[in-house]
Amino acid sequence: MVGGLFIIITSQNYLKKVVGLAIFQTAVFVFFVSLAKVLDGTAPILTKMANAYSNPLPHVLILTAIVVGVATSALGLALVLQIYKNYETIEEKEIESLELKSDK
Amino acid sequence: MFDIFLDDAPALVVVLPLLISAIIAFMPSKIWLWIISIITLLLHLFLSLHLLKEISVSGLIIYEFGNWEPPWGISFKIDGVNIGLQLLFSIFVLVSTFYSRKIFLNEIDYRDSGKAYSLWLLAVGSLNGIILTNDIFNLFVFLEISALASISLIALGAGQNRKALLAAFNYLIIGAIGATFYVIGVGFAYAMTGTLNMNDLVIQLAQYSDGQLAIFAGMSFMLIGLMVKAAIFPVHIWLPPAYSYAPSAVSTLLAALATKTILYFFVRLLYEVFIIYPSYLSLFLDFVLYPLSLLAIFIGTVIAIYQDDIKKLLAFSSIAQIGYITLAFSLKDHSGVASGFVHIFNHALIKGGLFMAVGYFAILYKDRVTLNSLKGFGYKYPITSFALLICGLSLIGLPLTNGFISKLYLFQALYTNQMYFSIALVAVSSALAVVYFWKIVEQMWFSEIKFKSEKEDAYIYLPIWIVTISIIVFGIYSTPIIEFSNLSADYLISGYQN
Repeated sequence: MVGGLFIIITSQNYLKKVVGLAIFQTAVFVFFVSLAKVLDGTAPILTKMANAYSNPLPHVLILTAIVVGVATSALGLALVLQIYKNYETIEEKEIESLELKSDK
Repeated sequence: MFDIFLDDAPALVVVLPLLISAIIAFMPSKIWLWIISIITLLLHLFLSLHLLKEISVSGLIIYEFGNWEPPWGISFKIDGVNIGLQLLFSIFVLVSTFYSRKIFLNEIDYRDSGKAYSLWLLAVGSLNGIILTNDIFNLFVFLEISALASISLIALGAGQNRKALLAAFNYLIIGAIGATFYVIGVGFAYAMTGTLNMNDLVIQLAQYSDGQLAIFAGMSFMLIGLMVKAAIFPVHIWLPPAYSYAPSAVSTLLAALATKTILYFFVRLLYEVFIIYPSYLSLFLDFVLYPLSLLAIFIGTVIAIYQDDIKKLLAFSSIAQIGYITLAFSLKDHSGVASGFVHIFNHALIKGGLFMAVGYFAILYKDRVTLNSLKGFGYKYPITSFALLICGLSLIGLPLTNGFISKLYLFQALYTNQMYFSIALVAVSSALAVVYFWKIVEQMWFSEIKFKSEKEDAYIYLPIWIVTISIIVFGIYSTPIIEFSNLSADYLISGYQN
């Protein structure tokens, strides 16, 4: 989780930022799934063998969150593509210097 | 026959725009897109009015999806807190959609207009979901839908200025971090309580009355995530570029409603759920929200003075105005929360009107509106300019406008809490608002160049004037806004005093 956040903050490349965001989000998903584990619990399927089940609800929540995450990454990548078409670079510093020139 | 639909009104106000949004994405005709959107939003307004009628009878509606009872199912809740906001939302969205037609025609490629209206309705539906939902995870989903829809809408501004892409990208990254922080918080809360329903959460949290570290960590994560989304200083940096490079119609919708709905949920979470830890709550309000609001008011106003680009100027003034709202919410008593809601209503109208007028100027001028480009506009386009003037005076807080009512109630609330320093700061910042607004007025009416008046488009100035007139009407007859705000505060604060 911290790794993903670190990538977002430090990297100058927009593509890397999107990837960092994806890592950050995935880490949170794993945290949620780990919440669901019940000691000695099995998968939540009704059988006579098991007497404890893992909680299925966090899995369902994360299924939703994964969809949201995919949409976010897709939109981010699409924006990076458009930025590349307009500026011909996706490095933050180069774009900043381009903008400074155009402002003058 | 309609009764079947009316029973499901709480769900329909959210589902209807979302459904229509999926359908119209593929519509080829531009005019029909707009007509269908207007019809959808008229129905939306009708449903909201129906909800108001129901609420005035019963006082509380809880709508359970699929009849699954909480804590298992997702539920919507409508009560005194959000019914006023729901009505404002419905009406303002209708007006701004009416306004959007000519603006979209001018500002974006006509082939994109299907996508634009589809995203527009998507944003409307999901923002409405934020107002109604009673489930903390469901809120995250609506937050992300509205964020993704508004990011795409902002990126449509790239046809005008390619900086819109950078603004949208920054909003995406910062917004997604905020939303993820919020989800971490939800995870902690769920781990401790096993519920996501807000009412149930209060009951379950009560068993940890001595306070658990995990819960405090979760609460902090949730609040910080929402602060990013609501653009509370210092995590506001995504907002000014996003508002100023978006197509004008989009800036209007976002500036007037997007941050307001999130602020509403923020205060509801504070006073409805986290209230059971009064010491944590007052720690957060006194030492985090209160100083940050004061900083936001002061710094937002000062930066606005130095802006040359009018849309950026308005965006920075939004930061300051959000500061006023959070300052009111940090007061922990009835008068404070009520004055916060008053300002939510009034500021939505004021900023909506201002962005509408400036958006029209941008089209007339065919470039970004800077201070210089406004020279003589007061004579060239008198109808729109006069609306801009009234909205601006209301932003400063002159009597006979609704901005004055906001300031009056805020001062009263601060005075009863004996916060004289904040009173002084709010007064100074109002005076500074005169400075940046005067710069606009000076260019528009007192420059050397004189123009003959030119014809203006009634489709555009009509909605601007609807907003402007409502600003004056609510400035003179402010009872409806005050009553809705007091109702909201009644519901929220009753929990605090027990």
